[in-house]
Amino acid sequence: MTGINQPAGRHLRARRRRDLFFRGLCLATMGAALLLLLVLLGSLARQGLSGVDWDFLTSFPSRRAAAAGVKSALAGTFWVMVLTALCSIPLGVAAAVYLEEYAAKSRLNAIIEVNIANLAGVPSIVYGMLGLALFVRGIGLGRSVLAGALTLTMLVLPVIIIASREAIRAVPGSLRQASYALGATRWQTVRDHVLPAALPGMLTSVILALSRAIGETAPLIMVGALSYVAFVPNSLKSEFVVMPIQIFNWASRPQEAFHALAASAILVLLALLLSMNAFAVYLRHRAERKPTW
Amino acid sequence: MNNEAVVSSTEPAGALGAQRLRHELKERLIKALLALSALVSVLITLGIVAVLLVEGLSFFTEVSPWEFLTGSRWAPLLEPRSYGVLPLVCGTLLVTLGASLIAIPFGVGTAIYLSEYASRRSRTLIKPVLEILAGIPTVVYGYFALTTVTPALQQLLPATQVFNAASAAIVMGIMILPLVASLCDDAFRAVPQSLRQGAFALGATPMEVATRVVLPAALSGVLASFVLAVSRAIGETMVVAMAAGSTPKLTLNPLESIQTMTGYIVQVSLGDTPAGTTEFRTIFAVGTLLFASTLALNLLAHRILRRFREVYE
Repeated sequence: MTGINQPAGRHLRARRRRDLFFRGLCLATMGAALLLLLVLLGSLARQGLSGVDWDFLTSFPSRRAAAAGVKSALAGTFWVMVLTALCSIPLGVAAAVYLEEYAAKSRLNAIIEVNIANLAGVPSIVYGMLGLALFVRGIGLGRSVLAGALTLTMLVLPVIIIASREAIRAVPGSLRQASYALGATRWQTVRDHVLPAALPGMLTSVILALSRAIGETAPLIMVGALSYVAFVPNSLKSEFVVMPIQIFNWASRPQEAFHALAASAILVLLALLLSMNAFAVYLRHRAERKPTW
Repeated sequence: MNNEAVVSSTEPAGALGAQRLRHELKERLIKALLALSALVSVLITLGIVAVLLVEGLSFFTEVSPWEFLTGSRWAPLLEPRSYGVLPLVCGTLLVTLGASLIAIPFGVGTAIYLSEYASRRSRTLIKPVLEILAGIPTVVYGYFALTTVTPALQQLLPATQVFNAASAAIVMGIMILPLVASLCDDAFRAVPQSLRQGAFALGATPMEVATRVVLPAALSGVLASFVLAVSRAIGETMVVAMAAGSTPKLTLNPLESIQTMTGYIVQVSLGDTPAGTTEFRTIFAVGTLLFASTLALNLLAHRILRRFREVYE
C-alpha cells in the first residue's frame, strides 16, 4: 500500500498541492469578474444615485445640467419598446410555429434555419445600416419612432424565433398526438394546445429579448434618434430619443455634471431592465411550478 | 406527418363535404401566412446584403478595392482624402486582442470553477450574477470605461491618453467574459459524469480531471466560444465609440487613441456628412467588411462545433 510518505505518496502530495493552486486560480478568475461588477455598480451608485429624483424623471434634457431630466428618453424608450414588441412578437412566433410544426425537412427550410442562426450573430450596427437605408430613406419614414421600432424588430426577430422554437419544442409530442387523435386539424392543435402550453416559456424569452433591445444604442443612432429631444413622441412619425442614446450623449460631454447625469440615467435604465428581467424570471418560475399537462 | 382532417377514400357529399373543404382552405391559408413570416428572416438577410452591395459597389466605382483594403491612411472626411481601411482594421484588432486576452482566460477559469469545483449552492448564486453581467447594456460599459477605467489607467501609466484602446479592451473583456463562461460551462456540463468518475476512480485530482479529461472532451465547444467571443468583440460599437477615440492610426500602442470600424460608422452617423456622397458611402464599405468578418467567424464557430463535436454514447 502506498502511504503518504512513500515516493508515490510524496508525488500525491505535489499533485494535491497543484490541484489546490489550480482551484484557487479558477476561483480568483471568477472572483475578479464578480469584483469588477461590484466596482462598476459601486461607481455608478456613487456618481449617480443622488441625482435620481422625481424631477430627474419628469424633466426634459436641458443645456443646464441641474435642470435636465430623462422624461423624453423614457417616453421614447417606452414607445419604441411597445412598437417593437407589437411588430416582432407576432412575426417571430408565427415563424417559429411554421418552422416547428409545419415545415417539412426541405432544402429551403434548412436554409432558413441556418440563416436565422447567422442573423442572431450579426453586429447590431449592421441592422442600423439596414434600417437607415430601408426605413429611413427607402420607404421614407425619416427619423421616426416607427423607423426605429422596425429596425429593432429586425434585430430581435432572430432571437425571438430561436427562443420560441425552443419553447414549442419543449411541448411533449403526446399532447399533439392526443389532439390529432380527436380529429383536430394542425392549426387547431397549434392554436388550442401547443401555443398555450408553450406560452410561459415563450413569454420569458420574449421579455428577455426585448430587454436586450432596450439597451441597444448603435442601431438607433444610425436611424437618427436625435440627441436633443425636448418633447414626448406623440405619433408614429415623431422624432425621438431613447435612454441609451441620452446616456451616450451626456457621457460624451466633457463636463462632470453631465457625467453625473449619465450615471443617474444609467441607474434608471438598469432599474427598468432589472424589473423586466425579474418579471421574466417570475413567469418562468410560475410556468415551471404548474405544468398544464 | 399529414394530420389534416381530410378523408381520402370516402368523400361525404353535401354539407359535410363543403365544411371539410372550408377547413382545408383555411388550413392552407394559415400555413401560407406562417411560411411568409418565416421567409421574413430570409428577406432581412437579403436586405442586409442588398444594401451593403448596392452602396458598397457604388463606393467601389469611386475608390478601388485595392486602395481600400491595402491603404494605410484613413481620411475620408479630411483633405487630402485617403481611403485605406487598414488603420480601422488595426484599431479593431488591437481592441479585440486585448478583450480576448481578458475574456478568454477569465471566462474559461470561471467555467472550470463553476462546473468542476463549485457546489450546487454556489452555482445557483453565481450563474444569475453572470447573467446580470451579460445583460448590462453596452453603453453602460462604455461609460464605465470612460469615467473609471481611463482615469485609473492614467494614474498607473501616465502616458495613457484620454481616449485609448486599453480602456476599451479591458471593459470589452469584462463584457464578453460571461459569454465565454456560459458557453464553456455548457460545453463542460455536456461531458458525461462517467468520464469524470472514471478518472477520479483512477486517483486523479479535480485539476487533472478538468485539464486532462473534461477540457479535451469539450474542446469543440470551448474553441467555438473563443471564436464567438472574438466575433462579438469585433462587432461591438458603444464601448469603443465612447472610450477608444476617433483617430484612425496604425499603432500597436494600446495607450493611444485609435478608431475601430464600428467607431468610425458611429462617428459619421452622428456627423453631418450628406447622404449620397462618397464620404457617406464609406460607412457601407466599412460595414461590408465588418459584416463579412463577423459572418465568417460565426460560420467558423458553427463548423468547429459540428466537425469536432465528441460523440459520447
